[in-house]
Amino acid sequence: MTTPAVTASSVSKSFAVKGGSVSALEGIDLEVAAGEFVSLIGPSGCGKSTLLRLIADLDQPTSGTVTVFGKTARQARIDQNYGIAFQQAGLLAWRTVGQNIELPLELHRVAKPTRRARVAELLDLVGLTDFADRYPEQLSGGMQQRVAIARSLAESPELLLMDEPFGALDEMTRERMQNELVRIKHETGAAVVFVTHSIPEAVFLSDRVVVMSPRPGRIQEVVPVRLGATGERDENLREATNFFSTVRAVREALHGVPVAESAARGVDIR
Amino acid sequence: MRSLRARAIVAPAAFGIAVLVLWQLAVVVFNIQPFVLPSPVNIGVQFAQDLPIVWDGMIITGTNALIGFVLGALAAVVAAALAASLRFFDQLTQPIVTVAGVIPIIALAPVLYTMFGAGAETSRQVVAAIAVFVPVYLNTLRGLRQVKPVHRDLMRAYAASRWQATRTVTLPGALPFVFTGLRIASSLAVISALISEDFGGPIDGLAPSISSAAAYSNYTLAYAFVLGAILLGLTFYIVTLALEKLATRHSPLPNERPVVRT
Repeated sequence: MTTPAVTASSVSKSFAVKGGSVSALEGIDLEVAAGEFVSLIGPSGCGKSTLLRLIADLDQPTSGTVTVFGKTARQARIDQNYGIAFQQAGLLAWRTVGQNIELPLELHRVAKPTRRARVAELLDLVGLTDFADRYPEQLSGGMQQRVAIARSLAESPELLLMDEPFGALDEMTRERMQNELVRIKHETGAAVVFVTHSIPEAVFLSDRVVVMSPRPGRIQEVVPVRLGATGERDENLREATNFFSTVRAVREALHGVPVAESAARGVDIR
Repeated sequence: MRSLRARAIVAPAAFGIAVLVLWQLAVVVFNIQPFVLPSPVNIGVQFAQDLPIVWDGMIITGTNALIGFVLGALAAVVAAALAASLRFFDQLTQPIVTVAGVIPIIALAPVLYTMFGAGAETSRQVVAAIAVFVPVYLNTLRGLRQVKPVHRDLMRAYAASRWQATRTVTLPGALPFVFTGLRIASSLAVISALISEDFGGPIDGLAPSISSAAAYSNYTLAYAFVLGAILLGLTFYIVTLALEKLATRHSPLPNERPVVRT
């Protein structure tokens, strides 16, 4: 059996606040297999972003352990085993699209010709070849986010961490980006941990949806999505009956009670 | 877009010309004496006639302002870099910068003349340098502290070294702020250099020329020197504004308003 991409064992995280501490995560056990797409979903304050940050070693757990490909999260970060994208594209305004995608390669001293070739590949992958020399301010929000995704893929990581990358996009752009992500995921074969607050988004993209509850953040339920391999999913799936039934299953897990069929089609949990 | 830009130029230009015409008309119609207010045409003629001496004054004052500007700006950027990286240095200098921000720097001129000698231009340059230091320091420091959380996270995710993060994110991000500080400081440099001339020192430069022309009842000449001072200030402002536009051409202008005073 291959090493799982991510393992979290009895992970807790609390933040110090004035006059005590606030528990953000409690008793989290989660395993993400290599090449698996897992979404973390839950209301604000359920610690889904915190969990992602622990995997990325941007924060450290108060107790418990997080391993990435069998190493400590810290070692995995130093070894650049993951790529990451946030809700904000976080592009550098003074660099062109090409230079932004190139950034991680440049920081890790990849030779220039190799960098060039890789940037060209990535631009092609996210359909922005014609925009290589533009600056971020000249791009729409969706295009900026595509640049950020290309950047996160620069070093061909086997794990992709995404914190609501489409959260700030309009619904139509969002669906298009989801279709693209499904394709990119299929082409790269990377494992993905995807934080979102949109149920249909989580269902459309994932192999498994991890439903979390707030204060303190806990895993409420893990809903398997049996809609075929992520690579086989396309636009038609959004209209399929089993898609809606899975959306409902996630929705019920979130609310802890069965909900009416019509309400299951609701989109956001915010 | 184009018509908007044209309007942005044409409207103020037309307004300016209208004011000048009204001014000229008022002087002629009401027979206003030159010691009260010379007409723009006369000022223009005088300026053209005495261009060499006005020019000399502009060069002297301008050189003082420029030297002070460069010295003050350099010191400010270095100090801001230190304050941004060393908490101790920041705490040490905060009160001093606050004080420097509120004292009328011009008031230092007479003291400085005693310090550097009344025959030297040094004290004028020092006054300009101090005036420039404050806005450049404050804006640069703000710029250096402006690193967005998402960029900080990215740099950590890339396991970038401290120097890599500084070079790729902090410094380029601070640049627009530095240039905003320089733009604010540019007019201050000219004004400080000019006003400090009135507190003693050599009798060259624009301000002594304005005073002596007025003392000899040559009011039109005094206004010609004033015009020279305005042109000098404008030159400094336009050059630094152009630099600022260049530095910020790809970044949205700093969201926050620039720091003018502490």
